[in-house]
Amino acid sequence: MRAFSVLLRLGLFTVIFMATYSTNEFKNGLKLLLNGDPCSITENILVKPGKGQAFSRVKMKNLKTGRTIEKTFKSGESVEAADVEEVNVEFLYGDGELWHFMQPESFEQFAATETAMAEAAKWVKAQEECVMTLWNGEPISVTPPNFVELTIADTDPGLKGDTAQGGTKPATLETGAVVKVPLFIEIGEMLKIDTRTGEYVSRVKS
Amino acid sequence: MSTQHWQSVADIELMQKRARMLQSIRAFFVQLDVMEVDTPSISIAAVTDLHIESFVTNMQHQNYYLQTSPEYPMKRLLASGYPSIYQICKVYRCEEQGIFHNPEFMMLEWYRLGFDYKQLMQEVSSLLDLLSKENELSTQTDKVSYQQAFMQSVGIDPLSISVEDCRQCCVRQQIDVPQGMSDDNVDEWLDWILTQAVAPAFNRTGFTILYDYPASQCALATISADGSVAERFEVFYGELELANGFNELTDAHEQRQRFEADNKKRQLAGLDVMPIDEHFLQALEAGFPKCAGVAIGLDRLLMVLTGKAEISDVLAFPFDRA
Repeated sequence: MRAFSVLLRLGLFTVIFMATYSTNEFKNGLKLLLNGDPCSITENILVKPGKGQAFSRVKMKNLKTGRTIEKTFKSGESVEAADVEEVNVEFLYGDGELWHFMQPESFEQFAATETAMAEAAKWVKAQEECVMTLWNGEPISVTPPNFVELTIADTDPGLKGDTAQGGTKPATLETGAVVKVPLFIEIGEMLKIDTRTGEYVSRVKS
Repeated sequence: MSTQHWQSVADIELMQKRARMLQSIRAFFVQLDVMEVDTPSISIAAVTDLHIESFVTNMQHQNYYLQTSPEYPMKRLLASGYPSIYQICKVYRCEEQGIFHNPEFMMLEWYRLGFDYKQLMQEVSSLLDLLSKENELSTQTDKVSYQQAFMQSVGIDPLSISVEDCRQCCVRQQIDVPQGMSDDNVDEWLDWILTQAVAPAFNRTGFTILYDYPASQCALATISADGSVAERFEVFYGELELANGFNELTDAHEQRQRFEADNKKRQLAGLDVMPIDEHFLQALEAGFPKCAGVAIGLDRLLMVLTGKAEISDVLAFPFDRA
């Protein structure tokens, strides 16, 4: 079930229904509004003495800040749902201030701020497919693919002989991100990078 | 997660330990001359406990409830003149799912005629020793009263305390206070402090028997002569709750009042009022022997005996694969 809030127009009255979730609907991935911020449940532990009161001890990720929060609810409590959805988008271009994306099916465009981009800004180039999290229709975070392929814009030339010893050197990618690469890698080569760790995985043979 | 959901999660070796545990339990009771019984798991009546939800099903427009424990029918047997009895059966609790909870679980329940709860605590301890030895687990069993345990770990007396004292205790002990706590129900606060600060201080690699609960948490236990405590005990391993036992209440009138009080609390909490087990009350009225009884969650006990962290590790098919 997707969280939502509904505007119902009844004659002259506008009634706002906030969707809520009861603790017994809690499960991983459920999106809640906590202290005004959208959060996603990452862990839900039932605390219940056999003959006693039940509680839900919940770990949540704040979808705006990425921070983990822990909170406990007495069973039966209701918590407001957050209108959060995830969409697949393609990166179009950055204008120096905002990153512009498009949903390929609907052609709908979204502009993500630097805050929403966070780490993703280091890894996306044009046409890259990302997952964008929308809260009340606004982008709040962008997740790049687990692996991206990027070209080296700059790195020190590897010296002959160094390759036998191994070791790494910093390399600047076309997006501006800096990664550690083996000494034999040269400018212009395309690399596969794991965006979750920011680590070099392999050369991409063209 | 694998897409092969038809398969069992637990390995066969572990399931052999489960089978051996059941054999040992039966051998233990054979030796003590305690008789194995089998009672219905579906009934027209249900538990009224505020904190236990029954699964409900129906036949010919009549609601039926799956047992949350075999307590009522087993007590009807005792009232009919049975000797000491035990049962190993499945019980069902709606909405209880988590790393230590499976909505359907296996329970060992037994009643000892002429025992008081302290003698029964001793017998539980012997059974745990036996099973631990068989699984090469070296353990010991500590016994501590509910009052002592609270005094030692958080410095409050749970038998004479207000909600405000509990709230302050939480602040002092840096215990996060759950959203939705009530202003007038001390037991709810004690439950929370017990799970957050008292039980976590128990011996982490041994059994702890916590006894003499507040009178307000008596369930189906007798109250001590001075009225201060319920003659009830629970068994923990580390902070994991394994068993609950008590001196059985034999007073039909009081039992009915407790059921009705439970149903009032359920109504106030917006829960369904449950049909009271009239057969059980009639059995108590007819005359019920003095006895003590206890129930042990066998899946959790198997977790302890095999060192597993989650209940789903010891089930052939946990609820999401059932």
